[in-house]
Amino acid sequence: METVVHNHWSPLLGRLWWDAIPQEPIVWATFAAVALGGIALVAALTWFKVWGYLWKEWFTSVDHKKIGIMYMVLGLVMFVRGFADAVMMRLQQAWAFNGSEGYLNAHHFDQVFTAHGVIMIFFAAMPFVTGFMNYVVPLQIGARDVSFPFLNNFSFWMTASGAVLVMMSLFIGEFGQTGWLAYPPLSGIAYSPWVGVDYWIWALQIAGVGTLLSGVNLICTIVKMRAPGMTMMKMPVFTWTALCTNILIVAAFPVLTAVLCMLTADRYLGFNFFTNDFGGSAMMYVNLIWIWGHPEVYILILPCFGIFSEVTSTFCGKRLFGYSSMVYATLVITILSYIVWLHHFFTMGSGASVNSFFGITTMVISIPTGAKLFNWLFTMYRGRIRFELPMMWTIAFMLTFVVGGMTGVLLAVPPADFVLHNSLFLIAHFHNVIIGGVVFGVFAGINFWWPKAFGFKLHEGWGKLSFWSWAIGFWFAFMPLYVLGLMGVTRRMRVFDDPSLQIWFMIAAFGAALIALGIGAFVVQVGYSIWKRKELACDGDPWGGRTLEWSTTSPPPAYNFAFTPVVHDIDAWDDMKRCGAPRPAGNFKAIHMPRNTEAGIVLGGIATVFGFAMIWHIWWLGGLTFAGLIGYAIFHTFNYNRDYYIPADEVTATEATALRQLAPAGA
Amino acid sequence: MSAANHHAAHDHSHGHDHGHDHDGHGESHGSLRDYVIGFILSVVLTAIPFWLVMSGAIADKQATALVIMAFAVVQIVVHMIYFLHMNTKSENGWTVMALIFTIILVVIALSGSLWVMYHLNHNMMPMTSHDMGQLP
Repeated sequence: METVVHNHWSPLLGRLWWDAIPQEPIVWATFAAVALGGIALVAALTWFKVWGYLWKEWFTSVDHKKIGIMYMVLGLVMFVRGFADAVMMRLQQAWAFNGSEGYLNAHHFDQVFTAHGVIMIFFAAMPFVTGFMNYVVPLQIGARDVSFPFLNNFSFWMTASGAVLVMMSLFIGEFGQTGWLAYPPLSGIAYSPWVGVDYWIWALQIAGVGTLLSGVNLICTIVKMRAPGMTMMKMPVFTWTALCTNILIVAAFPVLTAVLCMLTADRYLGFNFFTNDFGGSAMMYVNLIWIWGHPEVYILILPCFGIFSEVTSTFCGKRLFGYSSMVYATLVITILSYIVWLHHFFTMGSGASVNSFFGITTMVISIPTGAKLFNWLFTMYRGRIRFELPMMWTIAFMLTFVVGGMTGVLLAVPPADFVLHNSLFLIAHFHNVIIGGVVFGVFAGINFWWPKAFGFKLHEGWGKLSFWSWAIGFWFAFMPLYVLGLMGVTRRMRVFDDPSLQIWFMIAAFGAALIALGIGAFVVQVGYSIWKRKELACDGDPWGGRTLEWSTTSPPPAYNFAFTPVVHDIDAWDDMKRCGAPRPAGNFKAIHMPRNTEAGIVLGGIATVFGFAMIWHIWWLGGLTFAGLIGYAIFHTFNYNRDYYIPADEVTATEATALRQLAPAGA
Repeated sequence: MSAANHHAAHDHSHGHDHGHDHDGHGESHGSLRDYVIGFILSVVLTAIPFWLVMSGAIADKQATALVIMAFAVVQIVVHMIYFLHMNTKSENGWTVMALIFTIILVVIALSGSLWVMYHLNHNMMPMTSHDMGQLP
C-alpha cells in the first residue's frame, strides 16, 4: 500500500489523475452510501421545492440567528463524520490482536485518526461554539445583529468551505497520515509527498479565515453594541466568556496561519523552515503550533463554561454565585492559556528549568478553573434545582470534568509526563475534558436554547436516553484508556501483540457503542420534537430565564428587539420581571436592517475551488480562482443595495402577535 | 418604554462607554499631510535596512539583523500612527488596551520561543558526559 508512488502531473489537471481514486473497498462502500444519500437529499429538496427557500432564507442570510443555526448544523454533520472515524478506530483496536491485522491497513488507519482529530476540533467543536456565540451573544446584549452582518455570513461559508475540502479528501486522493497537528518532518514533502497534508493545510487555512473574521466581528459586537446600561460588569457570563474566547481567537489564530504558511513554503517552494537540512528545525514547528494550540483548547472550553453558568443560575433560580470572581477567573484563564504551551512537549528536551516553569504555570490554571467549579456548586447550594435536561448535562459535566482536570494536573508534572507522554493516558485525559466539557456543554446549550431558536422544547424522554447513554458511555469508552496508558500503551497503534490488553479495548468499544446510542437518541430527539412541535410549543421564556434573550419571542423576530432594552442589573430580564417593567406596546418605528447577499457563499465556493487547485497543483486554476476571490470581493464593495427598512406597520403587527405569545413581563 | 424613551436610550448607547464620540467614530481618518509623512517615513525605514544588507555597511551579520529588526519595530509604530490613526484616546482607550494586550502576547511568544529553542538547541547538540551534568 505504502509503496504506491503518485508522480503524475499535467498542466491541465495537476496531480489529479485516475490514481486519485482510493483503492479501498471500505472507501468505495462509504462513497456509494454518501453518494446515494446525497442524491436522495438533493432529490428530496428539489421535490419539495425548498432550494429557493434555502437560498433566500438561509444561505444568503446575514441574520446572526440563522447563521448561528447553520454553524450548528455544520457542526453536527461533521461531528457525525468525526464520530464515524472514532468508531472505526475503536473497532480496529479491539480487533487487531493475536496476529490479526484488523480490517484497516496502516495507510487507511493513519488517515482515520488524523481526520478524527482534525474534524472534531476544527469542524465540529469550533462551529458549535461559534454557532452558540453567534446565536446567543447579540440577543444577550440587546443588539439587533452583530457588528458586521455580511462578514458573519462570509465567515460561515469560509468555515464550510474548509469542511468541504476535508470531506473531499475521503474520495479524491487521501487525507494526511500525520496526526491532527501534522508535525514535520513527517508532514514535510520528503515523507508525505502526496496530497494528504495539503488537504489539511488548505482546509485549515480557508476555515481559519472564517474563524478569525468571526472573532473580530464578535469582539466588536460585544464591545460596541451592548444595550444602554449594560456595563462590562453587567454583561451575562456567557457573553463574557464569548468575549474572552474571541480575544483568544484573534490573538492565537494568526500564529496558526503563519505556521501553516511556513509549512506550505517548505512543501511547495522548497523552503527549509522545518526540514532536517539547511538549518531547519522541526522543533520550531512544534513550539509554534502549540502557541496557537493551547489557547485553542480554551477557545473551545470557555464558551461552554459560559453555557454552564447560564444553565446553573437559570435552573437553580438564583443569581450566579460569585459573578465577578467568575469574570476574573475567565480573564485569568485567557492570559494564562498563553504561557503553558510547552506542556505539550515536555519530552522534547528543553531541560529542567524550562519544564519546571511551564509545569507550574499549567498547574496554576487549575486555580481559576477550580474557582469556577466552586461558583457553580455554591450557586446550586440552597437553590431550587430543576433537573431539566440542560441541568443534567451540567451536573454530568461537573463530575466528568473534575476527573479530567485532575489527570491534567497530573500530566503537568514533567516527570510524570515523561512516563505518560504520547500514551493512551493522554488520550483519555483530553477526551475527558473535551467530551466532559465541550460536548456536554454543547448538548446542555442545545437543550437550553433550542426552545428560543425554534419556539418549542426538545422532547425530554429521548433527551434523557441520549444523556444517560452519553454519560455512561463516556466512562466505558475512556476509563480503559487511562488504564492502558498507565500500562504504557502508546496512542495511534494499529495492531497489538499483548493479548491481555484486548479486554480493555473491548470495553472501550462497548463505550463507543453506548455513545453511538446517545448520538442516535439525540437525532431521534430532534426529529421527534419537530414532529410533536405543537405539543412542545413554548413561549418566549420557557425556563424562567434571567438574561435578555428570554425577553423576546421564541423564535425572536428578525430584528430581535423592537426597542433597545435598558439594563439596570446583571440578570437584566430577571430584574425586569421582578420590577414588572411594562412591555412596549406602541409607537413602533421602522427598523433599519441589513439585506441578504450571495457574496458570502460565492466567495466560499470560489475559495473551495482555490483550495482544491492548490492541493492538486493545478496552478492555472489556483491563479484564476485567487484572482476571482479578490475580484469578487472588490466587486461586492460596489454593491450599494445593502439595507432595507422593516416598515413600522409590520413591526407593530409582529409585536402584537408577540404580545399574545409572551407572558407580561410583570407576571 | 416609549418612543421618546427609546430615543434617549439610543443616544445613550452612543454616549455610554465611549463618552466623547457623539459627532464621529472616535478616530480621525487622517489628513493628506499625515499620509505623506507616513509614506516618506516608511520608505526611508525600508530603504535603510535594504542598503545595510546590500552594501554590507556593518561587518557583523548578527548586528545587521538586530539593526534591521529595530527598524522593523519603528516601521510598525509608523504604520500604527500614520495609517491606522491610533492614539491613546481613540475608541475610548480600547485600541490602546488591545495594543497592550497584543504587545504582551507577542513578547510572551517571542521571548518564550527564544528561551525554549535556546535550551533545546543547547541540550540537543552532541555533548560530553561532563556537559550533561551542567545542563540548565
